[in-house]
Order: sequence, then structure tokens, then C-alpha cells
Amino acid sequence: MIRDTSIGAKLWITAVWAVTIFFVLNVLAIIATVIVSSLGTRWLGTWLPNAFTFNWYASAWREFQLGPVLFVTFQIAFTVVALSGLLGVTAAYAMARRDFPGKRLIMLLFLLPLLVPPITFGIPLATVLYQFNVGGTFWGVVLANLVPTVPFVILVMIPFIEQIDPKVEAAARVFGAGTFKLFVYVLMPMLIPGILAALLLVLVRTVAMFELTFLTAGPTSQTLVVSLYYAVFASGVRAVQSIDAMAVIYMVSTLVWLLVALRFVNPTQIVARGNQSSAAH
Amino acid sequence: MAMSHSTPMEAKSLRQKLALRGIDGVTLLVLPSVIFVLAIFIYPFFYGLMLSFSPMREGGMFANYAAFFSDPYLYNTIGATLRLAIPVTILSVAFAVPVAMRVRLMKRQRLLTTILVLPITLGTVLVAQGMLNYLGPQGWFSRTLMLIGLVDSPVKLTNNYWGVFLSLVVTVFPFTFLLTLSYVTGIDPALEKAAATHGASSWQRFRHVMLPLLVPGLAIAFCLTFVQAFAVFPSAVLLGAPSGPTRVISIAAAQAAFEQYDFTMASAIAMIMGVVQLCIVLIVLVVRNLFYRGATSGGKG
Repeated sequence: MIRDTSIGAKLWITAVWAVTIFFVLNVLAIIATVIVSSLGTRWLGTWLPNAFTFNWYASAWREFQLGPVLFVTFQIAFTVVALSGLLGVTAAYAMARRDFPGKRLIMLLFLLPLLVPPITFGIPLATVLYQFNVGGTFWGVVLANLVPTVPFVILVMIPFIEQIDPKVEAAARVFGAGTFKLFVYVLMPMLIPGILAALLLVLVRTVAMFELTFLTAGPTSQTLVVSLYYAVFASGVRAVQSIDAMAVIYMVSTLVWLLVALRFVNPTQIVARGNQSSAAH
Repeated sequence: MAMSHSTPMEAKSLRQKLALRGIDGVTLLVLPSVIFVLAIFIYPFFYGLMLSFSPMREGGMFANYAAFFSDPYLYNTIGATLRLAIPVTILSVAFAVPVAMRVRLMKRQRLLTTILVLPITLGTVLVAQGMLNYLGPQGWFSRTLMLIGLVDSPVKLTNNYWGVFLSLVVTVFPFTFLLTLSYVTGIDPALEKAAATHGASSWQRFRHVMLPLLVPGLAIAFCLTFVQAFAVFPSAVLLGAPSGPTRVISIAAAQAAFEQYDFTMASAIAMIMGVVQLCIVLIVLVVRNLFYRGATSGGKG
């Protein structure tokens, strides 16, 4: 690349890096305070807690009933993953392989739920779900979470499918494979990395989705992040270290999947894939 | 697909006609998702719109909107939200561009982008809880400032405007940055090299080559960032003063729905929220059109 070696340019570069490093340090410190606090016995007016203990995890597990909450969270998340994979991959295949009238309109239809923030469409959605008596139930939360995840899977999968040579499919067709067989024996093996990446990101998004779950969950369908919100909201009732222990458990349950997902995708693609393909059309 | 197996003669001609227009069994695979989005996203929107016009209070179909715009406790939420969202958006875009311009030259971006994707993934609730500790009077932030002697007493950054502002920056800036980075790396490096060959300085290269190519992408990044920042909710409650300066519009909507159980009013507030977002997005897109609009990036990256 072209280098500019004047003093002004060097100062500017240093300033840009200083701001970036400052930001990254703050992000890491925010995460670190939660972890340190959850491990500390008493932390008042010092740099670090007086002593370290794992007791807060046991008490958080008991006080916030994290066993059932985690079970519900992953039940919801894996249901969302399965359904959005089924709906999203099939739709993405049709969108990638066929040109039909109204395709642009349908693309717009899939983009909207990703562009409108959840809290804006969540309130009318929650109203409708409560009207049909699914609000506050397991399926209400699943339906609400599917709204952004189905379009997300579609937009991630379209470029993945487009890069597979249609001749492979044509060959399978010549040898008499129907659409179903084509999917299971020819496309699936080639698409597995893409599908896996998309679904892992859906898993992360669903576990971390606060707004939609908050608006549609009832007492038995709360996910971990909503319980965490209520715990922080009512802070003062429980020890702050206990809430932090819960926050760490939440962090682990999200980041594990993110780390696995990052083996398949670039971090930039987590935010940019959908929007880039929209900008290109 | 069931349709394609009906009577052979008639069906075949119809099937061929449809296939010529690109509609066959494979195309129909798109239907389940389309029906789903129509039923769970589009229908609730229109349902909410209708509901907002059938208020629980007296005063005809516009009573909810009239109530919103006559009560300062309600209409001031628009201003409070804009006062948070607009500065955060401008700040994020303004910092994202120079940082992305440097990071694109980096060989090992992966570590940085992974760290930046953390706050997006963890979400606003966790960031809010972390910041309550970190920015609090006994937190590391105030401690560090006092250690280097910038301030004498702890700075108050929680339970006010600045707490929400900073938490928005932490969750929104990485999003804007990663989006901008994807646009910046999509621009053909040959264009900048050509400008350099002709003797353009780094500022000239940025101002006359990169920036015009970036404007369409930046406009989209600005809109997406703004829309996200405008929808601020958990951090405004947890880190801000939810009955004072950070009473944002989503708090008003959530209160109408879950405290007063007036879903017609909540829908009306959600509609107002959508309209305000749409207005700002339209303004940004109009402004964008005043700039250069031609063949962008010499070929898609």
C-alpha cells in the first residue's frame, strides 16, 4: 500500500490507533468487571476484591432458578434454529436459483424484518400474539424470534447457494433425482458449512435477543437474558455479585456458540452479509 | 408442487408457461417463508396500525395520537430519544470511517474484529450491567481518571444521560464500524493506487477518490445505526434515568402496553416511533442523492 511519511500523517495515524485502543480497552474492561465481580467476596472501594470465591455461582444458580431458565432458553433457541433453518434454506434455494416476477418485492419483504428494530415491530406483534392466546407461551416466544432469524438465514444462504455450480444439480436431475433427493444427497453435503454458520449465528442471536423475548415471554417462557434484565432491574434485592455470576453464565452460553461460528465466518459478515447483498441488488 | 401433478395435457402447457417465467416447483419453495413473514411481520404491523385508530379512551379514532401529542410526558420522549440517537450515530460514523481506513491495511484484522463483535453479540443488557460496575463511582473508570489526576472526585456516569449515551456507543459503534469496514474493503484498491501514482496526497486520495465512493454505503450505515440507536430500550432503563432525561420513546410504549394494558396506545406509540425513524432515514437518503452518484467501487469486492 502507499505510505505517507509526513509528520501530520503520522500524528493522524497515531491518533486513530489511540482512539481504537482506548475503545477496545473499555470494552474488555466492561466484560472483565463483570467476571471479577462475580468471583469476588467483597468489593468496595478498592481496585480488586478482597478475596476470590466461586460461591456466587451456586447462589445465583439457586436464587434465579437458572437450571429451568437455561433449559427453557435452549429449548427456545434450538426450536428457532430448526425452524428458521428449514424455512430459510428452502426459500434461499428458490431465491438463488430462479428469476421470477416479484422477486425484488419478496427480497424487500425479507429485508424489512432485519432493518426495522425489534422493539418497533415487537409491540404490534406481541399484541397480535396475545390476541391469539400464544402471547406469553413457549410458541409465542419462538414465533417472535423467528421474525428476524428466517430472513437472516435466507440472506446468508443466498450467496452460498449461488456459488455452487448449477451443472452439478443438472447432472443429478439427469440421473433422475427429484427435488427432495437433490436436496438431501447433492446440495446438503455441499451447503453444510454455510448452513452450520448461519444456524450458529441464529443460535447466538436468539439466546441474546432481549427485546422480542421480553415483549412476548410469560413467566414460564423467559430466557436467560430476560431474567438477567429483571435481576438488574430489581438490583438491591440480591447481591450484585450474584447478578454478575448470572451475567457470566449468560456470557458463556452466548460466546461458546459465537466462537464456534467464527470458525466458519468472518466477524464482518455477522453484520454486513445481509446489508451488502441488499446494497448490491 | 402438488399442483404440478394434475391432468397431463392442460397442466403441461400451463406448467411450461409458468416455467418460462421462472415459476416451477423450486420457486414454490419460497412460499412458506413468504407466508410466514406476511403473517407474523406484515399482518401485525397493519393490525397495530388499525388498533391505534380504535382507542380505549374517548375522542374518536385519533384520540391516541391526540393524547400523545398533548401530553409533554409523552411527546417529549421523541426529543429525548433523538438527543441520544443522533449524536451517537454521528459520532459512530465519524469514528468508523478513519478507523476502517486504517484497519483495512492491517494484515491481522481478525483479533480486532472479534473483540468488536463481542458487545454486539452480548447485547445491551449485559453491557448495561457491566457498565453499572465499570462506570459507577467505585468503578475502574473513575478510579483510573483519579489515578492519572484528571478528576478529584468520581465522575457521575450512571443513572443519567451519559450512562445511556456511552452504553449506546459501546453497542452501536462496533456495528457501524464492521459495516463501514465491509464497504471500505469493497472498494477496488487499484483506484487509490492510480490516484497515488498521479501524485495525490493521502488527504486528496481520501477526499476525492474514497469518500465519493463511500457516500452511498455510509448513508446506509448511518440509517441502520440511527434506527438501532433510536430503538434504545434496556440500557435507558438500567443505566439512565427512565423517568427523567432518558425516558425514551420505547419506554413510553412498553409502559402503555404492560403497565396500563392499553395496547391501542402502545400501538400508536410504536407507529409514531416508526414514522420518526422513517423521516430521518428519508432525510439521509435525500441528502445522499445530492452527492456524487455514479459507478461505485470499480467492480464489486
